[in-house]
Amino acid sequence: MSASLRIILALAALSLTAVFAALWLGPTPLENPFASDEATRTIVWDIRLPRALTAWFVGAALGLAGAALQGLLRNPLADAGVLGLSGFAALGAVIAFAFGFGAFAPALSVLFALGAALIVVTLGWAARGPASLALIGVGLSSFAGGLIALALNLAPNPGALADLVNWTLGSVEARSYEHVALVGILFFVGAVFIFVAARGLQALTLGEESAAAIGANIMRTRTLVVLGAAACTGGATAVAGIIGFVGIAAPHFVRAVAGHDPARLLLPSALAGGTMLVCADIAVRLLPTDTELKLGVAAALIGGPVFALIAARLASRGGDA
Amino acid sequence: MSALLELDKVSVRLRATHALKGVSLTVRAGEIIALLGPNGAGKTTLMRASLGLVPVEGARALGGADPAKLTNRERALRVAYLPQRPQSIWPISVVALVALGRFAHGAAPDRLSATDQAAVDAAIEACGLNNLRVRGMDEISGGEKARAHLARALAQHAPLLMLDEPTAGLDPAQSLAVADILRAHAADGGAVVFSTHDIALAASAAHRVVLMHEGRIWAEGEPEKALTRDALEVVYGRPGQLERIGDAFAAIFR
Repeated sequence: MSASLRIILALAALSLTAVFAALWLGPTPLENPFASDEATRTIVWDIRLPRALTAWFVGAALGLAGAALQGLLRNPLADAGVLGLSGFAALGAVIAFAFGFGAFAPALSVLFALGAALIVVTLGWAARGPASLALIGVGLSSFAGGLIALALNLAPNPGALADLVNWTLGSVEARSYEHVALVGILFFVGAVFIFVAARGLQALTLGEESAAAIGANIMRTRTLVVLGAAACTGGATAVAGIIGFVGIAAPHFVRAVAGHDPARLLLPSALAGGTMLVCADIAVRLLPTDTELKLGVAAALIGGPVFALIAARLASRGGDA
Repeated sequence: MSALLELDKVSVRLRATHALKGVSLTVRAGEIIALLGPNGAGKTTLMRASLGLVPVEGARALGGADPAKLTNRERALRVAYLPQRPQSIWPISVVALVALGRFAHGAAPDRLSATDQAAVDAAIEACGLNNLRVRGMDEISGGEKARAHLARALAQHAPLLMLDEPTAGLDPAQSLAVADILRAHAADGGAVVFSTHDIALAASAAHRVVLMHEGRIWAEGEPEKALTRDALEVVYGRPGQLERIGDAFAAIFR
């Protein structure tokens, strides 16, 4: 069995364990999650399982999008959140909700994420060093934040404002199997695009010019990754709001065991991202707060410092020339 | 035997200036050609024009085809090109880097056919990297990195090798090792075009030198005939001469 297959199997086992733990652990203690009484069945199968699966797919989609964007832009600080894809996806959903056509929220999410991905990949293509790219993303993210505020400001139905603001904070609370299906389908669509681009990402290890010189079609790789990352981010954001840093942290941790080959990072990053978000959601549910801590808030609280550490380490290594 | 590369009165305009002016050059199998000249003389532009990466006036043919009309893959099967200071952004292993040379043949580094594997092994052997196969690209020296990238270019199995300053920053022994690798490629029926500032190395390794000056070919031919005192002084702006010492050369400038 090859090393990469062992890593994939181990991470898949971790994912399963985390989902199982999510069924068992929660604010209502359960002795046996597979008991057949009505209350247990409702809690486990109608509440906890769809919530855990939503968390897993959201994490997997963000982890995969992060790994693919990092490979494309050759930058370990790239991720849907940092680059502004998540912000724009949320903007799309907010516009849909605020102006009364909520059914189109997922479509608008994907479309807006696609727009942001096109902008950041075009602007960031020639960026020298990880920090300059991150700065472009910071600009886009703040712009998305401003536009979200504008959309909320102009929303015809102010009663929905609190709900919308709450939603953008990022959560997988009270999600149904419809949400699971939505994020699941978009994750698989995005994964198809991204896995087709895997060889191109390997070639880009040499930089753009040399990747072209060994025969890679750069435009094709860019297009596939932009489409794939937009589908993943749009799906994740449409069901869960903005959840940051999974896309940076998952590939970062996976590199420690799976090495740096950008193609071999893809599947492990998806599995790790799913596992991480399910675990974070368990933690959020177990915290004895009056109002449940939002998953997106928790991710930012943990992920922000991790991001800063990775950036500082890169800078000290001279990776930001 | 048809030429691997043909340039006929090729000019390149970059912004307002002519980076290349009416350059003609033919490269045939078995030849090693060194491009000489100061920075900005047009060596890199000549390579990029040959590869079809910049638009030109004049005629060019790479393996009989217009390089600007080739796909990246078709071009990669005709010429293996190493830019100045090739990089490996992620610290992948030496063997994974060399395996990237098989890209145009359809191989992914973790799914090599027997042919791919043989090409990778031969290139690693030729570049003396056998004991560094599994080392990360961030764990080896500059000379070893240069040889790893050269091995990647060799693994591409393209008839023409085009190398932009392959010995830049290398110590004398590493530079000679690179020259040996180029000779072996030419002896196998391939051809090499490389640029360098090491005039002595060019004179000992190349069958022909092309001395460039302000976008033109100032002198061309066998090293001892082309690199005259006059030519060196005009092109480099300092009095210089090429001295043969046994089967090696020294270039002296004052």
